[in-house]
Amino acid sequence: MSNQLSCENVTLGYENTIVTRNLSFSVSSGDYLCIVGENGSGKSTLIKTLLHLKALLSGKITLGDGLLHKEIGYLPQQTVVQRDFPASVQEIVLSGCLNRSGLRPFYNKQEKLLAHNNMRKLGICNLKKESYRLLSGGQQQRVLLARALCATQKMLLLDEPVTGLDPKAASEMYELVAKINREGGITVIMVSHDIAAAVKYSTHILHLGQQEPLFFGTKQEYVKSDICKAFMTTSGGDNNG
Amino acid sequence: MAELFDKLSYYFAYPFVRYALLVGVLIALCSSLLGVTLVLKRFSFIGDGLSHVAFGAIAIASVLKISNEMIVVLPVTVVSAILLLMTGQKTKIKGDAAVALISVGSMAIGYLLMNMFSSSANISGDVCSTLFGSTSILTLSSADVWLSIIVSIIVIGVFILFYHKIFSVTFDETFAAATGVRASFYNLMIAVITALIIVLAMNLVGSLLVSALIICPALAAMRMFRSFSSVIISSAVISVICAVIGIIVAVLFGTPVGPTIVAADICAFLIFMVIGKITGRSGD
Repeated sequence: MSNQLSCENVTLGYENTIVTRNLSFSVSSGDYLCIVGENGSGKSTLIKTLLHLKALLSGKITLGDGLLHKEIGYLPQQTVVQRDFPASVQEIVLSGCLNRSGLRPFYNKQEKLLAHNNMRKLGICNLKKESYRLLSGGQQQRVLLARALCATQKMLLLDEPVTGLDPKAASEMYELVAKINREGGITVIMVSHDIAAAVKYSTHILHLGQQEPLFFGTKQEYVKSDICKAFMTTSGGDNNG
Repeated sequence: MAELFDKLSYYFAYPFVRYALLVGVLIALCSSLLGVTLVLKRFSFIGDGLSHVAFGAIAIASVLKISNEMIVVLPVTVVSAILLLMTGQKTKIKGDAAVALISVGSMAIGYLLMNMFSSSANISGDVCSTLFGSTSILTLSSADVWLSIIVSIIVIGVFILFYHKIFSVTFDETFAAATGVRASFYNLMIAVITALIIVLAMNLVGSLLVSALIICPALAAMRMFRSFSSVIISSAVISVICAVIGIIVAVLFGTPVGPTIVAADICAFLIFMVIGKITGRSGD
């Protein structure tokens, strides 16, 4: 098990406000890490920093195992622009190959094959020529996941992948990600609101709180921890009420 | 009918009519290519705003008595485009408000300057032709024609070379940036090209109607087609056909060129919208 990603004493935030400090955790190849926490606890900021879209305020993030930051497959949250975007499924999935094509102005055979294989893996080959805006929410997420898979061979970073999906589509999405993690050996880092699903599927949990991380460790340790119990009771209470 | 063709061939014997057609087709092609990206990135009004900036720049050039207006107009418009597109997300004044502010501001100051300092006897005529491009397309010098050809080749070349990157940046800027596509560089490129096309297109349809040339073909194509490549190609075809029809009609019936082309574009949009509704392809 080699260390693919490690954060040491990282401080995240914007120019004047610190969102999280003293953040340390590491991810090994094949792990499934869920990042949970309330809104405003810095989950999105952490994702952006890991992808080099934002500079970190202090601390150190190192990538190992030959992983480059642009080779992390990213599944962002959907934007307004995308909902009525005229693009075929194939065009979108292929755009995940751009990080390997460099300045070449067209896609080569290998890249087309890679896109095809990833579409097959996610069961969307029959939608290849369909327009993205006519698909259901679950299908759209599969398209974006196929695109993320084209961009990586080692690590997926998913930002709340089941937001807006109905329960059936959501659980299908979780199963797909778990399968990619298990069978493809691809490391998964997922930001999630859904603690129950996080506990069910992940191997490690990072729980962010206001200003400070509350927990990092394996799922087994997390389930026994007070933080988890407190969180489960409050969210359980919500469900009953 | 034969009479019309005689008239047409009579007019096309003049080089300035052929120039107008050539430049018109090139500008229509370039503006429609870029239009798809601008519409999808929610930047439709950038065209409008920038053309008003260009109007202000023309006013300044004419007040300063600079004979070749392009020296002033081109850099001013390019800089404005960069400022508008690049700072869109960070500034306190949000994108659409910033465009509106800059656009009315430069219109007002442009007209004010022309009115106060212009030596021309027919100010309102000058202003009208700058706004609606009434005659300038028919009075192109060969230098103008060459400039249009060169800029068009650059625009089309850049578009073909970076087609997939432009798609990625348009569809999902965050993902593109995360996978190592230099999104801000491509945004900058799109901004500069937009400014170039707008300055060229002002000759054709005037500064008030430039945005029609940019957004109408893209919107029409998006009613009917479902993939990015088919939208781009059909948008280019629609735009070129409308430009040719517009110029021919304008030459034959003596209507102003710019508004005639835009009217043709609007017709195309309506036709495609109806077809899209009937065939259920529009996806609404």
